[in-house]
Amino acid sequence: MSHATLHSRPASSLRGATLPKWFSWAVAGASAALGYGISAAAGLHSDIQWALIAALLFVGGSFAVSAKVEGRRQARDRTATSLVWVAFLLAVIPLASLTWETVERGIKVLDGYFLTHSMGVVADTEPGGGIYHALLGTLEQVGLATLISVPVGVLTAIYLVEYGRGRLAKAVTFFVDVMTGIPSIVAGLFVLSLWILILGMGYSGFAGSMALSILMIPVVVRSTEEMLKLVPNELREASLALGVPKWRTILKVVLPTSVGGITTGVMLAIARITGETAPVLLLVWGTNFINANPFQDPQASLPMYIYLQYTNGSEAAYDRAWAAALTLIAFIMILNLVARGIARWKAPQTGR
Amino acid sequence: MAKRIDVSGLNAYYGSFLAIEDISMTIEPRSVTAFIGPSGCGKSTFLRTLNRMHEVTPGGRVDGKVMLDDENLYGAGIDPVAVRREVGMVFQRPNPFPTMSVYDNVAAGLRLNGKYRKSQLDDVVEKSLRGANLWNEVKDRLNKPGSGLSGGQQQRLCIARAIAVEPNVLLMDEPCSALDPISTLAIEDLIGELKERFTIVIVTHNMQQAARVSDRTAFFNLAAVGKPGKLIEIDDTERIFSNPSVQATEDYISGRFG
Repeated sequence: MSHATLHSRPASSLRGATLPKWFSWAVAGASAALGYGISAAAGLHSDIQWALIAALLFVGGSFAVSAKVEGRRQARDRTATSLVWVAFLLAVIPLASLTWETVERGIKVLDGYFLTHSMGVVADTEPGGGIYHALLGTLEQVGLATLISVPVGVLTAIYLVEYGRGRLAKAVTFFVDVMTGIPSIVAGLFVLSLWILILGMGYSGFAGSMALSILMIPVVVRSTEEMLKLVPNELREASLALGVPKWRTILKVVLPTSVGGITTGVMLAIARITGETAPVLLLVWGTNFINANPFQDPQASLPMYIYLQYTNGSEAAYDRAWAAALTLIAFIMILNLVARGIARWKAPQTGR
Repeated sequence: MAKRIDVSGLNAYYGSFLAIEDISMTIEPRSVTAFIGPSGCGKSTFLRTLNRMHEVTPGGRVDGKVMLDDENLYGAGIDPVAVRREVGMVFQRPNPFPTMSVYDNVAAGLRLNGKYRKSQLDDVVEKSLRGANLWNEVKDRLNKPGSGLSGGQQQRLCIARAIAVEPNVLLMDEPCSALDPISTLAIEDLIGELKERFTIVIVTHNMQQAARVSDRTAFFNLAAVGKPGKLIEIDDTERIFSNPSVQATEDYISGRFG
């Protein structure tokens, strides 16, 4: 910016002085350097401190320069934009650092052997062994929970959106809300008292699945409900006006139109319960051996495995815990990617 | 196959609100009957009572008689789903099923009702698309999504979908209000052809359109906002637009109202 453009009024009232596009990046770079310099000079050692100083400098600096050159309105606009960027970075930093930490520590023992062997062959304190039994247990427990929750959840949502009027619908909505807030340990205790203590069944993967369904159903109901509400009423009417019965309209028109969103919701619900530890701790226990039958005897699972390895405390067990954590994160990430893929594949077509 | 509609003493409600009051009229088979009148006077509501779509709206309820030839649509034991197969409907905004191709959209009525033979489906789709004057434009893209067509084509697709189930009566709720003049002309021509086979009832805000396409015109009005809509008169279109028997009709048609 030359001195002239700063003070002479522009020829056209529609054209104001504007800062170049690289301005924001320059301010960001300068405030990062300055923030680092200040904290080094003041002898501050924490990364958080210099980052905060840099963030403040960035927001303040772009406002000051922009107010001087572009005017107050654009300066306020820049401030809002900078705040959004700072908030974005604040949100991303913990995520990135968590992922980095897990990958760095988990990759050490994660290999084909680790994924295909159980802990039956080695002592917990020794290196070797793997998570096959835990992976199998998690897949079975989560699979069973999904088999229970998806029909119940989707049908409940269909009832609420397509049929529910009056008191019963209000009551169902209320209880779904209440269920959303149930802590996982309470769901676990409930199944423990009912299934194991009163009915006298043993610890099993299925007992854990039931507790996981209690956690999963409200999430499925809520997300499916929102997706069904998005289906335009005109489509329902078009189908009804063709003389199609209501149940068939729901099955052939409403559900296909919203199946992408429903799948995404189900996948997110699965991701939410995959990492649950409390119900598994109470109902499934854990084992170092492969138990492929989810209806009998304790089973292992990934969250439980991580917990057990961590409490063991040996170097080799720590490595295994991190590798299992990495597997768990990767599993959930793959689920999310699959959900996005299905949502895109099934989304109503608009192409010509 | 076109049937006569005979309405007598029909009231329609939304909850406790009386939307249209005491309507009686006869709609002749193989003719086009147009409903005109100001917004909110109950034209669409009345149209929707003719195939029992009114009761799909929460709180919607009807009393009175609608005779389709010699059967009362609101009689005891009448299945609304069966009524809607006899009396088809085209909506204001084109609403093809977004998950279905052009072909599947037209076939939807038969497929979803489960009563078809695979071999006859191709014929029905072609016949319906020809009937809706759309065949030449879409015959090479039958498997493309129906929502990829232009607005006017989508509306003709919806008409093809409605006539594919061979109804006796076709109800059209402002079918051209979202379309440009050229698409409107295409649909008006189509209405002229369809009336050879169907009884057609059309709601329109466009007076010229009513004059162009219809044989009979019914004028609806309401006394004030919050009052029920009423049928003011029904007569031959020519007479309604040249020499109506009620002053209110003449005022509305010539733009002197309110």
